[in-house]
Amino acid sequence: MATETDHGLGEAVAARIERRWATLSLVIVAFLVGMAAYIGIHQATMPQGRVETADPKTLHLSGEFIESNLGSEMQPDGSVTVRAIGQQYSFTPQCVVVPAETPITFRATSADVVHGFLIEGTNINTMLVPGYVTDLPVRFKAPGDHVMPCQEFCGIGHQGMWGKVKVVDKAAFRDMAAAKRRLTCVD
Amino acid sequence: MLINKRLIAAHFWLAFVVFGAALVLGAWQMFVRSPLNAWHFNPEFYYRSVTAHGSAMGYVFPTLIAMGFGYAITEASLEKALIGRRWAWAGFFLVAAGAVVAMIPVSLGLASVLYTFYPPMVGNPFYYIGVVMVVVGSWIWVALMVVNFVIWKRENPDKPVPLAMYANVAGCLLWGWTAVGAALEILFLILPVALGLKSTIDAGLARVFFSWTLHAIVYFWLIPTYIAYYTIFPRAIGGRLYSDAMARISFILFVVVAMPIGVHHLFADPQVGAGFKFMHSVFTGLVALPTLLTVFTICASAEVASRLRGGRGAFGWIGALPWSNPIMLATALSLVMLGFGGAGGLINMSYQLDATVHNTQWITGHFHLIFGGAIVIMYFAIAYDLWPHLTGRALDNFGMMRAQLWLWFIGMIVTTFPWHYVGILGMPRRMAYYDYANPAISPQALSVTLSAIGGFILLLSGLLFLLVLIRGQFGARGEAGAYRFAVPLHMPARIPVALNSFGLWLALMVGLTVVNYGFPIAQLMALNETSVPAVYVGASR
Repeated sequence: MATETDHGLGEAVAARIERRWATLSLVIVAFLVGMAAYIGIHQATMPQGRVETADPKTLHLSGEFIESNLGSEMQPDGSVTVRAIGQQYSFTPQCVVVPAETPITFRATSADVVHGFLIEGTNINTMLVPGYVTDLPVRFKAPGDHVMPCQEFCGIGHQGMWGKVKVVDKAAFRDMAAAKRRLTCVD
Repeated sequence: MLINKRLIAAHFWLAFVVFGAALVLGAWQMFVRSPLNAWHFNPEFYYRSVTAHGSAMGYVFPTLIAMGFGYAITEASLEKALIGRRWAWAGFFLVAAGAVVAMIPVSLGLASVLYTFYPPMVGNPFYYIGVVMVVVGSWIWVALMVVNFVIWKRENPDKPVPLAMYANVAGCLLWGWTAVGAALEILFLILPVALGLKSTIDAGLARVFFSWTLHAIVYFWLIPTYIAYYTIFPRAIGGRLYSDAMARISFILFVVVAMPIGVHHLFADPQVGAGFKFMHSVFTGLVALPTLLTVFTICASAEVASRLRGGRGAFGWIGALPWSNPIMLATALSLVMLGFGGAGGLINMSYQLDATVHNTQWITGHFHLIFGGAIVIMYFAIAYDLWPHLTGRALDNFGMMRAQLWLWFIGMIVTTFPWHYVGILGMPRRMAYYDYANPAISPQALSVTLSAIGGFILLLSGLLFLLVLIRGQFGARGEAGAYRFAVPLHMPARIPVALNSFGLWLALMVGLTVVNYGFPIAQLMALNETSVPAVYVGASR
């Protein structure tokens, strides 16, 4: 019967269009995943590679995150390491000073609950989970001031937990670092 | 044929009452955190409200919709009474009781930990017990759906399982397994601390368990919407479903790849290494696949319906669609929001772009657009479609329904677009208020005000929706006839076993979860210095 043939034909056409779309969808997804992988490898924007721990009960007594070791430290190779902790409801140091156009490593953890920070005007954004150390390589393009809010709910004072980042000229930072081992904005 | 109408109507009514209450809280939150609110208030009320809003909208409302709709699908598509009616009522009352048990400590301010729990903050144990009761109630539904599915298949060995039921069971299996992550977190990590049996908790491990639930729960919310796309929409506009097989494949893909992707919520966390973050990122890309397939099938089904009505031309057929039909309107608006929300989701999927928006208002905007927008507007459509069959009365105030749907769409766009924008500017989420006088924050004030206005439009739409349903309870009596689902354009002569069963897909779902979560969980359990002191919230301690 003619209608039977039409029906069979229509079904074949429908299935072909559908297969084409499915293939296109797969290509779109593969392209997006490939792009993310490529950028991750070539621009070195990958998550931190390994899991490090730090006990919040003894942070203030010994180890990397004792109070006198917090702040920005100039390394022999010219890079800068910033050590900070988050606690309900502030950061220590509350204002971080860093040089522009310099490789910087943020090393941070939490002394109590889960916190996080992002630096407005940049794509620097990370979590602070008590018990674990966050290690984040960053770079600031130009001198300027940024706000640095805690971006994870950490209790009823969360809305007040705003730190600051002061990006200064490279030479100015070098002068500051010559005078003091660990720098914050107040130095 | 719907037999247990009271059971189904009870689920929908309770769901929409909870939704209405949570919507009021949501609008209030939008207002107090905006520059429109000039006076001081206790920020603790805000977090209390966010906890209640999130728990109600995330755990109670969609679960009840999925349950009620699931029972309706079972009876209508299998054409027989639900097996296990008493169990179904037990599940319903467990969910209802759980919601009350959870909300009492929340409203007293004893559990302001937000619906994502955030250990090592620990609230009143009854909050978590209430949430567990809601989940256990829904697991009764999962078991009932599987029992009904298996018994029907045994009784009808030669017939394919109707698409609506197949998809419904897919959603059940997805939910049954994804809820395990949060259940493990609550039962083994949080509750012992909340009850005072332990005083330390591994916050990193808890976050990994929660991420297991946190992403796939979104697909559990989504499944009723997709069932409505595939099985209600083509019938409601007088057309046919373009492809039955592709629909089944889409639901199967959700079952298989929705689970092993949750670590994309932890991209910025220090307790999971780079390798597994990459794995989860790849699978997150894959989960876009069923949505791309669905958008094609639904648009093609609409075109079929339009051409049957005399629609012509490459694009002219769009105008010939029955736009005055609320189901047509809801589906179109839903797809627009799904398009924007999905594009945002693809941005969140990559570690690099996520760093720009992680935990900013972008994320809040994103999931409100997808869940509150694309998904919930189809919950409205499901209710409109089902109501005459539940009440035995006509639901014919179409003008009011269209106004309600348009208001919801406009409200959602006005709320979420500025929300996305301030997120890109770096505005953090979950804050009770902002210092708009700070020059670094003041440029965001206008957008937040717009969002708040959108919130009130949504509230208006929600109230209108409840009004439509209430009027539907008092409409003219009329027999709505049998409840039917869309028929495919070309009914396949036979359906492959794989598209009519779940054994293989269940094995893949569990297997992929073990592959993608096994190592991160095992690693964190092996680390023993990572349990940290709990921080109790609320006035009682």
